[in-house]
Amino acid sequence: MIKLSPTSFSPAEALAAFEKDARGAGAIVSFTGLVRDRAGDADVEGLHLQAYSPMTENGIEKAAADARKRWPLTALRIIHRTGDMGPFEPIVFVATASAHRRAAFEAADFLMDYLKTEAVFWKKELTKAGSRWIEPRAEDYIDSARWTQTDTETDRHARHK
Amino acid sequence: MADILYFGRLGDVAGTHSENLDIPATVADTAALRRWIDTEKSAGGAFLEASVRLAVNSEIVVDPHPISPSDEIAFMPPVGGG
Repeated sequence: MIKLSPTSFSPAEALAAFEKDARGAGAIVSFTGLVRDRAGDADVEGLHLQAYSPMTENGIEKAAADARKRWPLTALRIIHRTGDMGPFEPIVFVATASAHRRAAFEAADFLMDYLKTEAVFWKKELTKAGSRWIEPRAEDYIDSARWTQTDTETDRHARHK
Repeated sequence: MADILYFGRLGDVAGTHSENLDIPATVADTAALRRWIDTEKSAGGAFLEASVRLAVNSEIVVDPHPISPSDEIAFMPPVGGG
């Protein structure tokens, strides 16, 4: 279940709804990403996120399908903001459910790495000094590249079964 | 008339996020479109950068890809993630 939201959402409500959907799972992991109020040495006054529908949704759907292939998930939820946000507002909510914690943790981490680097979003940061478009940091690419080592995960799965 | 979309910083360069343009018949593919738009907008090469990808009707294409007047064409700088 994937949703792009042009308006603010409540991670607490999203988690409560997810817990209902995921009833029966042994493990639920959720992650909430928030707008930071600092970037480098500048005060962040706001963030603007552009998506390109349906390309953005299709890409996230594909990453979710990949996650389901890699880990035995029983439920999955992604909510991502678009438009204008202020400091401390939620940008993204990812929740995963599985029989055991490892799969839920890893799948949520994998999905966040996709969302931070490859997802089709353009992000503009507004500071007192002006506004600028942000491109991924080198470490975001490194985080994302961790998941290309697919056989490591397969081994890990085998160990945890 | 083609729908042209400009994402990220290219929206600032183009002065708009989207517009409906009458593209000359001589501009028949994405490579020619880049050059034509770059000149029209006096963008100094912003639309020619290799890191800027083009999508025709929501499919990312490789230059030169044929375009027709009814297409939706998006100029996409590197995506920044969420």
